[in-house]
Amino acid sequence: MSSPSSSARKRARSSNPPTPASEDPLSLSPRPREPSTGELQPMPTSPGTDMQSPAIQDTSLFSSPVQLPFDFLSEVDMSSPLIYDTPSRGTPARQRPDLGSVRKAPQVDLNSEPVSGGSHFIKSSNCLQSKIFGLYAKRFLQRFIDPSSREDENACLDLNEPLYMQKLDEISVVGDPVLNVNCGHIQTFDADLYRQLICYPQEVIPTFDMAVNELFFDRYPDSVLEHQIQVRPYNALKTRNMRSLNPEDIDQLITISGMVIRTSQLIPEMQEAFFRCQVCAFSTRVEVDRGRIAEPAVCRNCNTTHSMALVHNRSVFSDKQMIKLQESPEDMPAGQTPHTTVVYAHNDLVDKVQPGDRVNITGVFYPNEPVLCSLHKSVRGKSGIYRAAPMRVNPRQSQVKSVYKTHIDAIHFRKTDERRLHGLEEENEQKLFTEERVSMLKELAAKPDVYDRLSSALAPSIYEHEDIKKGILLQLFGGTRKDFSQTGRGNFRAEINILLCGDPGTSKSQLLQYVYNLVPRGQYTSGKGSSAVGLTAYVMKDPETRQLVLQTGALVLSDNGICCIDEFDKMSDSTRSVLHEVMEQQTLSIAKAGIICQLNARTSILAAANPVESQWNPKKTTIENIQLPHTLLSRFDLIFLMLDPQDEAYDRRLAHHLVSLYYQSEDQVEEEYLDMAVLKDYIAYARTYINPRLCEEASQALIEAYVDMRKIGSGRGMVSAYPRQLESLIRLAEAHAKVRFSDKVETIDVEEAKRLHREALKQSATDPRTGFVDISILTTGMSATARKRKEEVAQALKKLIQSKGKMPAMKYQQLFDDLRGQSEAAITKDMFDEALRALTDEDYLTVTGKTVRLL
Amino acid sequence: MPSVQDWINNPLGVVDGAFAQNNSGAEWEKKVVEYFKEKLKVNGAQSWVPSLNDVPLHYLKPNSLVKFRCMIQDMFDPEFFMGVYETVDSSTNSKVLRCGKYKDVTDCGQVDFNSRNAVTSERQTFYCVPIPGESQWVKEISFHQARVVPSTSYTPNRHKRSYEEDDEMDTQAQCHCANSHRNVESKRLETEAPSQNNSPSRCSSNLDLNFPLPGEQGPACLVKVYEGWDGFKLNDMLEVFGILSVDPALSLMADDKEASSLLDPTESMETVEEQRAHSPPASLVPRIHMLYAQPLKHNNPLLPSAVSEDKGACRFLSGVLSELTSVRSELLTYLTHIFLGDSLAAEYLILHLISSVYARRDVLPLGKFTLNVSGCPHSSPYTDQLYQIIQQLVPSSYQICMSLHNMNNQRMVPRKDYTANRLVSGTLQLASNTSLFLDETQLEQGQLDATGVRNITALGNLISWQKVDYDFNYHQMEFPCNINVLIVSEGRSLLPSDCQVHLRPALSPPNLEEYLKTVQLAQASSQLNKYRVYFTVARSLDYNISDQITKAVEEDFVEMRKDDPQSVSAEDLHRMLIVARLLSLSYGQTSLSRENWIKAKQMEMMRISRTQQQKCVNGNEP
Repeated sequence: MSSPSSSARKRARSSNPPTPASEDPLSLSPRPREPSTGELQPMPTSPGTDMQSPAIQDTSLFSSPVQLPFDFLSEVDMSSPLIYDTPSRGTPARQRPDLGSVRKAPQVDLNSEPVSGGSHFIKSSNCLQSKIFGLYAKRFLQRFIDPSSREDENACLDLNEPLYMQKLDEISVVGDPVLNVNCGHIQTFDADLYRQLICYPQEVIPTFDMAVNELFFDRYPDSVLEHQIQVRPYNALKTRNMRSLNPEDIDQLITISGMVIRTSQLIPEMQEAFFRCQVCAFSTRVEVDRGRIAEPAVCRNCNTTHSMALVHNRSVFSDKQMIKLQESPEDMPAGQTPHTTVVYAHNDLVDKVQPGDRVNITGVFYPNEPVLCSLHKSVRGKSGIYRAAPMRVNPRQSQVKSVYKTHIDAIHFRKTDERRLHGLEEENEQKLFTEERVSMLKELAAKPDVYDRLSSALAPSIYEHEDIKKGILLQLFGGTRKDFSQTGRGNFRAEINILLCGDPGTSKSQLLQYVYNLVPRGQYTSGKGSSAVGLTAYVMKDPETRQLVLQTGALVLSDNGICCIDEFDKMSDSTRSVLHEVMEQQTLSIAKAGIICQLNARTSILAAANPVESQWNPKKTTIENIQLPHTLLSRFDLIFLMLDPQDEAYDRRLAHHLVSLYYQSEDQVEEEYLDMAVLKDYIAYARTYINPRLCEEASQALIEAYVDMRKIGSGRGMVSAYPRQLESLIRLAEAHAKVRFSDKVETIDVEEAKRLHREALKQSATDPRTGFVDISILTTGMSATARKRKEEVAQALKKLIQSKGKMPAMKYQQLFDDLRGQSEAAITKDMFDEALRALTDEDYLTVTGKTVRLL
Repeated sequence: MPSVQDWINNPLGVVDGAFAQNNSGAEWEKKVVEYFKEKLKVNGAQSWVPSLNDVPLHYLKPNSLVKFRCMIQDMFDPEFFMGVYETVDSSTNSKVLRCGKYKDVTDCGQVDFNSRNAVTSERQTFYCVPIPGESQWVKEISFHQARVVPSTSYTPNRHKRSYEEDDEMDTQAQCHCANSHRNVESKRLETEAPSQNNSPSRCSSNLDLNFPLPGEQGPACLVKVYEGWDGFKLNDMLEVFGILSVDPALSLMADDKEASSLLDPTESMETVEEQRAHSPPASLVPRIHMLYAQPLKHNNPLLPSAVSEDKGACRFLSGVLSELTSVRSELLTYLTHIFLGDSLAAEYLILHLISSVYARRDVLPLGKFTLNVSGCPHSSPYTDQLYQIIQQLVPSSYQICMSLHNMNNQRMVPRKDYTANRLVSGTLQLASNTSLFLDETQLEQGQLDATGVRNITALGNLISWQKVDYDFNYHQMEFPCNINVLIVSEGRSLLPSDCQVHLRPALSPPNLEEYLKTVQLAQASSQLNKYRVYFTVARSLDYNISDQITKAVEEDFVEMRKDDPQSVSAEDLHRMLIVARLLSLSYGQTSLSRENWIKAKQMEMMRISRTQQQKCVNGNEP
């Protein structure tokens, strides 16, 4: 509503003489079932004028911005009984404390203008207008169709039928008298109605209520509901962020997101007080009006003064709960502390949310009372029970604390992380991208060098390591999630796991830190400090409720994110064993303290490990260097070595890069690289909206690549690829397609996946003795040549023993020396031990202490 | 200065006057702020304003202009207040519009809440504490720079001398008299106003003022900010100019509220704890309605607070720069004495003390230089005395004894208390450029409990990434910081550090304590002041590297790697570049010269060889 016209209206109205309204049939309250709002009794402080001025006199109303279309007006039969009478058919109405019927602020004197907000809906003085809105609302409910609905709760509805009529259907079946209405729908259907709803929720929502009930009881006259249907609008786009709430939002319908940090106990709030005369036992009921009860001073029956006593257990109470909402950490500017807001939940919304929940709350933003209680001398109720003690204003006190407290009366809660519990396909929380942002991202994606651009934008302070950055980039995007549960295979892993190993001081930790800071759901742990429990989940007794609670660890917390594990090699074996399940099945099984469950842990793992000898030994294989079980290693898609390349040109570039860190100013750098925020959005967008599938060509290319990989090894009698490697290739190719925002995996994606995979293999799976790439290093922990050698040594030892003739027992040390003397190649003690073990396995000999016995 | 009286004594009069002049437009608000800014710009005007840091609260006039040098400890929720309201005179029934800005409480008359002329406005409240760990000398000097202020009823008779002319001339004398006055002052405080004397026991029993460091003194303050509050960040150092509000009505209301909350829980949304944290009695935590705030780059009172375009400041700065080198050599001698003749350690200490995070490249903070001085004698007061010496040089500092008990019990990381809805401070909530002195010699064998492990992790994060993850219960929030961490230990520290220097004393005085005392006493306080200025100035200098030197450094690096690639890694180059940077700055040079690069390299070489030798001696050190 534009302010000039409304102020004009205001002026006009205030000049109108107040007319007693009760005789006029047209001025019936629009909400007969909402008595507390509709039939406010004038406060003792503001006697005289009545708020209900008849519509006929108030001609200025028609200058209100809501210009009714002519044909629509003619449709409206003003005398239709429907409009005046809510056809409740005996279903009791229920008060809506969430709409502020219990509002305490004394400025809701409906007669004068409210303190804030400026323009205001003509408060219930105009029933005609609310009738018209009722019709608008009805039209919306009857006709709104949303063919492109994607919401999960609309899953089983026919998209080509009016949406809300189907919901009414549902209500008649289920019997839950609540209708959730998406404000976005109203906006697309009728922007005007939407605006009115946002600005004057206290008036418009009840008209919606009426419209819904009319429709409902027309259609299902025989349904029995607990109370009349209440409309709960949500998704009002007015305000998203708690930080941007300001005085202009007062009295308006808003939706804000945040995290629940505290909920109060249930507070019974009096709705209706029951008084009984102590003299004649005459009883009367008094509605609570803005938090106060007008205690009858005189008994109407026997005319005794001050004889009425409050009877608590016959008064009517409603539930109320205070909830503290804190800004979600994502919405906050850096370096500031989060804001909190007080929210009141009423009736069945009580206990809907728990501390820690992320929620979107739709509600009306109210100032509390500008006058603090210090103004009123509080008087205890006669019965001494604290509830609803009447407040009396002490008019002599003149100083007032000039601060308003504010709160939001919740109308609708929506948990933002609910979708995760359902395990739906859409993984990311609905991140809203503006149009420009999306087009900007698409423009970026269209650039031919987007892959290189993005990878160089990743951790720009870390020099070179292009392939590693590319690998991490692909990890950030992830593959496409596929579901083969029908064929018994279950979910295929879509996440890419990466292991970085190499010399200390090659900025591995820094890369991990960077990734952790980049992704929204990242966790950073150190292998040294984390236990299996800390990674998975643990059971804890809640100190307050004494219930057993499952507390989730790093892996579960990083579901759909990346879990960065530093010092992977320092992890204890029991901790590491947890990872086996997570890294392939993507679940975590827990059997603890009577809780047996399987949690989703669809997390990518980015781990960093240092070599055992603190410096990478190029003469040893990866396994020997980092001493990790090969079962775990084979679950990493890419294993990179971060070594110090000893190369002059590299050194020079590195030095240049480092020196420039020390004098370049911030702006210079920003020109060079993509913004971290852009990168974040790019990844979030791709992860949410892009689901590439393999095209025919690409699958052929993959097959070829796999066959080639197998062939390389088979020439030398070893296997150089397993199906796991093929799966890795597919994931990498999909991720690369995602980087290009392409819905199809094409040959170039496969090419890059192949290249990256080969690079990683070249680094990590090269047999230092032969110089060949040997995948069995990773899959069995030993290269094929090493295995061959082991056999040779064992044979040589056997021969040696046989040559010695029949000796039942030999000295260990002597045998070792003999073997060393005989063999041309150097034989270490380890090799000798291994050979002995091999012969033991053959049941040829046994080793007891220092002696070797033949069998 | 007759006009001064007005705007300092009765700033609300100025505000109301401006409001009355044009009550319709919104420009009056800007005008008021401009007016005060102009007034404060006048030479020396800022020193006429009484400071809450120096003058006890009960000497200050309510509703007068005050200043407060502080750090933002917590940010409360924004609050809505009656920006403009109408009052009704009950006798004549006439209505008057009034302005509610810069006030906590409405004045006179019945407020008409339904007035259509009323305007609701928004303001933000910051909980501010005096800068944590501020050294005694800072307090003394800033106390003495404050002129006698007409607006306070506080007219100490000792201000007979004029400080108008030259402060530096007789700093020595000043310091002495400051000491004596301080003593008198503190005695008076003890007898007169026990509430001001925040002895810890009293504090905890009564009201926790939430200072980051235990044993801190001084008033905490609720600062109401009316505009541009998004520009402030947690832990910012500010000098706030605003209107002091200590209306006893504020505390009275709080009391009343508490009583009534028993009556009706729905009436009060706040718990008693929250009430206590957010509206403490005004006599303990005064309110300041901010008119103007000056962000502080440093809290060294010997220097002009802002690097301003002011001519005087420029002249002062160039004066300091010209004698920077000579001051440095004096300082080096002094510190060498302190380090028992070890000049290398003294060099590194200078570099450490002028280091500062100047930029962040993604997660990497640049410019930090955490120093680990190892080889400190165990179980001697040496480390304590070292800290005292550092305390005398830097404007703010704090010492953490890393004893097992301390590590297991101290609250280091600030934590959000949701019942009281405030950020409970911890010892790591420090303003930028605070010197944190970690005494690892105090560490003994034993077990760290969960808190201990968390504290050690927090310290490690602070050192490596210059950030502290504040605990918000449901999530953690990362706050970048800029703290100079100095670790003293016997062997290599268990915490990470950028650089480890093993102390090698050249002399061993028979009585260490006595020796250090004499060295300290030998420094005249004018000399100390020079050092203090030196550190602050050297830290704030700009720095760059010319292309030519870049080339040379590259060559050098390649050359070094050629000989032995294992000896020099990228990390070493990083460190050398930092050392070179700090070395240049310590000489007041703003770009890297060849000599300094070579000198930095030599220093590093000496340091490394020393630690390697140490390893050989100890044998079993990793």
